[in-house]
Amino acid sequence: MDEEYNNKIETKAADSSSGSYVPPADNIPASEIPEQELYHAKSFWTRWVFSQDAKVIGVQYALTATAVGLIGLVLSWGMRLQLGFPETFSFLGPATYYQSVTMHGMIMVVYLLTALFLGGFGNYLIPLMVGARDMVFPYLNMVSFWMFLVAVLVLISSFFVPGGPTGAGWTLYPPQAILPGTPGSEMGIVLMLVSLSLFVIGFTMGGLNYVITVLQARTRGMTLMRMPLTIWGIFTATVLALLAFPALLVACIMMTLDNLLGTSFFMPEIFTMGEQLGTTGGSPILFQHLFWFFGHPEVYIVALPAFGIVSDLISVHARKNIFGYRMMVWAIVIIGALSFVVWAHHMYVSGMNPYFGFFFATTTLIIAVPTAIKVYNWVLTLWRGNIHLTIPMLFSLGFIVTFVNGGITGLFLGNVIIDIPLSDTYFVVAHFHMVMGIAPLMVIFGAIYHWFPLISGRHLNQTLGKIHFWISFIGAYAIYFPMHYLGFIGVPRRYYEMYDSPYMTSGVGLNQFITVAALIVGFTQILFLYNIAHSAFYGEKSEKNPWKANSLEWHTPEMPPVHGNFGKELPVVYRWPYDFSVPGIDREYIPQHISPSEVPTAKVEKT
Amino acid sequence: MKKKKESFFKLISQKPWEASQAILDNEHDGKTLAVSKAKLGVRTIMVVSTVIFSLFVVSYSDRMLIHDWRSLSEPWLLWINTVILILTSVIFHRTKVLAENNKFEKTKNSLLVVGFLTFAFITGQLLVWQHFVNLGQYASINPANAFFYVLTALHGLHILGGLYFWAKVTTQLFKDNYNISKIKQNIELCAIYWHFLLIVWFILFGLMLAT
Repeated sequence: MDEEYNNKIETKAADSSSGSYVPPADNIPASEIPEQELYHAKSFWTRWVFSQDAKVIGVQYALTATAVGLIGLVLSWGMRLQLGFPETFSFLGPATYYQSVTMHGMIMVVYLLTALFLGGFGNYLIPLMVGARDMVFPYLNMVSFWMFLVAVLVLISSFFVPGGPTGAGWTLYPPQAILPGTPGSEMGIVLMLVSLSLFVIGFTMGGLNYVITVLQARTRGMTLMRMPLTIWGIFTATVLALLAFPALLVACIMMTLDNLLGTSFFMPEIFTMGEQLGTTGGSPILFQHLFWFFGHPEVYIVALPAFGIVSDLISVHARKNIFGYRMMVWAIVIIGALSFVVWAHHMYVSGMNPYFGFFFATTTLIIAVPTAIKVYNWVLTLWRGNIHLTIPMLFSLGFIVTFVNGGITGLFLGNVIIDIPLSDTYFVVAHFHMVMGIAPLMVIFGAIYHWFPLISGRHLNQTLGKIHFWISFIGAYAIYFPMHYLGFIGVPRRYYEMYDSPYMTSGVGLNQFITVAALIVGFTQILFLYNIAHSAFYGEKSEKNPWKANSLEWHTPEMPPVHGNFGKELPVVYRWPYDFSVPGIDREYIPQHISPSEVPTAKVEKT
Repeated sequence: MKKKKESFFKLISQKPWEASQAILDNEHDGKTLAVSKAKLGVRTIMVVSTVIFSLFVVSYSDRMLIHDWRSLSEPWLLWINTVILILTSVIFHRTKVLAENNKFEKTKNSLLVVGFLTFAFITGQLLVWQHFVNLGQYASINPANAFFYVLTALHGLHILGGLYFWAKVTTQLFKDNYNISKIKQNIELCAIYWHFLLIVWFILFGLMLAT
């Protein structure tokens, strides 16, 4: 820090202590970064299809992810029908069931949630929220989306090859994933591995953009600590993804070779039908380590953007500054760092050294600390806030409750001794659906209701929205609460049918109940999609900045923002995005680009 | 120009709501680090690649402990390839220096030599593959073989990716239609990437020699 700044601080301090505070003249820093050369689309194709505009790419990502997510939803219905009403539906054989389980899991985790949060929201919001005209490498960004689309198409194509898609479970554990007997061990598994590899390569291109745009292309005055928490969440998640996805790529490459070339990276000596297969000495546990070294950060790749977005939604819709902004940023960063040293808690029953389990149980439980801090901060933000029960707020509240629920069961599963009896039961299924299925989805829905006016210029239908919220929220609990109980009585997950097992005497009715609830919740999502499609063209027109938010994306000259985002001049930022209900002035909120001289009497808000 | 080397931890302990911090923050120009976007991009790519190769090295070390591991004997051709790669890196460094001194005619020739040597390296690696295949050392025979093929292939793919950018820079330079500071930077970034791949090769080759 140089002399000049110190002097400024001192004069400033002297001013405020004397009681007659004179606002400093607005100081607009010189633009040291030359304006970005902006790519201009020349035709329909380059504007809407092979677009290099991050906003269009964001929407493309979101639509593709939603489309493939719908397939995942339908697959879950197949599973639920089989579990609730076994031996009723002739089209649901064991192979179809396992294929549904596998594809549902992989689609939802990777192709829906990751792509929607980072590819969809990341692309749309990062440039707008940090005050940039576009991503730093727009061409790469376009390639990233097309790689994702190809990855999705390869994945979908596995439904149409002989043997169908892989049915190895979403974790794809070898050796069973590539041995005959597992559905899809012919072509399905290869297509899955190729698709994942393409996804990783495509994502790396996008991730490069997100990280560098956030680090280097912010507008003037936008320090790291003035960024909305949404950006912090997406940024940290992208860093995690850049470091974690390589593990998936490495695992995919080696398993593809095991399958196609007959190498034995992961394949041990196997005798089948009295004959020895050609493989020797490979280590299936090595695959598990690689997979979960990716798999656990993946949980936070989905959760951190959700944390960030929900913080902003709560702050805007409760008209209150987010409680403990710095603590929120630190929590995001600490959770991100810790997520790399907890992976083996997915492998407690793999026969590892007990001290190894001790270490991973400890790190796992430590993550509860920053996570709990975040939950407290959300609640304290709501405390005495001016809570508007808008749909985004409803979903945010739903998120907090659901996340606490799923988080607390996580504390149990994080302990080796409790995990061992509960491992591979429906308790685990309930836990991870609550914490990384329903909770992030609540945020996604809230975020869509929140930002839809920005993207389309129209509001979503409020009545449909409320129906959507209440059925999804209550329905989610109707589905997953009973699953905890099923887990307690010992019902194992992944089983095609329990037949007359004594486990199931009290579980039959519950399973039917869950299935009915799942079908209802599923159909409600179609209502939501109808709402989006209908409102995009016929919805009620939204005024500018309908939620009275402070962050830059709402303050573009036109809404929806046009190519280049901001008009001739990029905005200059003078404050963080949480100046709601600031004392001392007559306006209720101060957008980020309002200079101190426009609000001379604003007092510093205690945080 | 202001200093931008404040550590990340210092940055995230700022209190953006305080008036004294606000004065500093209003001066902020929007960059976190004092490097260009392209350079940061190359660095990020190198970090991601490092993670990929590290995970392979870890897998290699884990897998070689199992009894069925039979080490490969490295042919002398691999040593020649290594020398070629070292030479490429040295010449790329020289190219960068030439470009910095605005000697663009010499830079052109130097870039061509780099490209030629890199193709020679890739051809050399393919010859090594052919050598092993002729000996019947297929990937499925032994995990050591499998790792050899995978690691060389991955390293080769990285080099091919680099050659794509090398080709872009070279055509820009030969068309005489370029921005001088940009082309200097592009050449520098390519050189950094080549040095990175040389280091990766040292580690991979060293690992295979040592085991």
